[in-house]
Amino acid sequence: MHDIKHISKGLVPHGVSACAGCGMELIIRNVMDVLGEDTIIVIPPGCSALFSGYGEETALKIPGFQGNLENTAACAAGIRAALNAKGNTHTTVVGFAGDGATVDIGLQSLSGAIERRDKILYICYDNEAYMNTGIQGSSSTPFMASTTTTPTGKRTGRKDLMQIVIAHDIPYAATASIHNLTDLRRKVQKAKETDGPSLLHIHTPCPTGWRYDPSKTIELAKAAVQTGCWVLYEYENEKVTINSKPKELKPLEDYIKIQGRFKGLSAEQRQELQEYTKTSYEKYIKKLESMA
Amino acid sequence: MKKMQKQQENLSNKSKKCRVLGPVANVYAAANTGSWRLERPEVDFEACIKCGTCEKYCPANVISIIKDKVECIEIDFDYCKGCGICANECPKKCISMVPERRES
Repeated sequence: MHDIKHISKGLVPHGVSACAGCGMELIIRNVMDVLGEDTIIVIPPGCSALFSGYGEETALKIPGFQGNLENTAACAAGIRAALNAKGNTHTTVVGFAGDGATVDIGLQSLSGAIERRDKILYICYDNEAYMNTGIQGSSSTPFMASTTTTPTGKRTGRKDLMQIVIAHDIPYAATASIHNLTDLRRKVQKAKETDGPSLLHIHTPCPTGWRYDPSKTIELAKAAVQTGCWVLYEYENEKVTINSKPKELKPLEDYIKIQGRFKGLSAEQRQELQEYTKTSYEKYIKKLESMA
Repeated sequence: MKKMQKQQENLSNKSKKCRVLGPVANVYAAANTGSWRLERPEVDFEACIKCGTCEKYCPANVISIIKDKVECIEIDFDYCKGCGICANECPKKCISMVPERRES
């Protein structure tokens, strides 16, 4: 179907113009590796649009469609309906959107698709701001993080996408992180096999937007889990399983000191953020344990 | 199916090459991202234990491990962006980042 100009190992070429050290690039490579060729992808505008290509060039070997920012899930549901009408039940339809296109702009279409029980796999890579347009704050931006629209730090916490989709009684939903690729790939496989809508919320460090050295991407993803800023869990058969629960949280300083977006915080603010993270983590774990 | 294709052909008779409507990308190509690189990973092959951590975490997927060779790690410098994740994640710290400089 495609004119192959450059040879690559998987379904994604090696030279994609994502920033050096981009977490999203690592995610799409692993996701495509698990899903295989029998997949149709829907990508909204954003960083992930790099993979739907420029002009006549594409960066994916599978068929795909670039919709609008607000209707990724609706486009995927439409493709699913067309496939069903043709009697095709084996092809996976996947929506691959960032946090802005999921928790802010695309939330209504995602909600609709889950409510209709369309069999789609929705992947939200969460880099915690609108990175492609110039680091504007989204509702997934964490407390006190600086972006171009919240230069002195965001005053409110983040929106909890997982609890929103769990409220829709979704068949399968999970959070993942790029430092644990085995766990990530297992969750993609599980989501693919789910009969009905499934969602993966993947934490994605972004060197450009978070302003850190690109080599620290994996280290930061790991630190986020160890400091309690990100919780790995999955929701299946109306039950929550917590995948990683550190015995003792590491000091938050491990996570925030190398990030430029937390640089402007004073010592008191850092202390406040540490307490906020700790209390919200403990509250969240308690809530998840009550759902187990 | 045949009927549908014919209809599409009539509608887009200007472009006979691909029978589709609208802008469609059908050339699978890669950009030369190797030109972005400021630092190049260099491997100490003797210290390498061939664990595959660098291969797993490379965002551009340009590292391959060849177990039966002395130079066991092959990096495709056409596409390596020089982010340094491999050097940072290596458990043996046998990859170092050296600045790219033109010899003159």
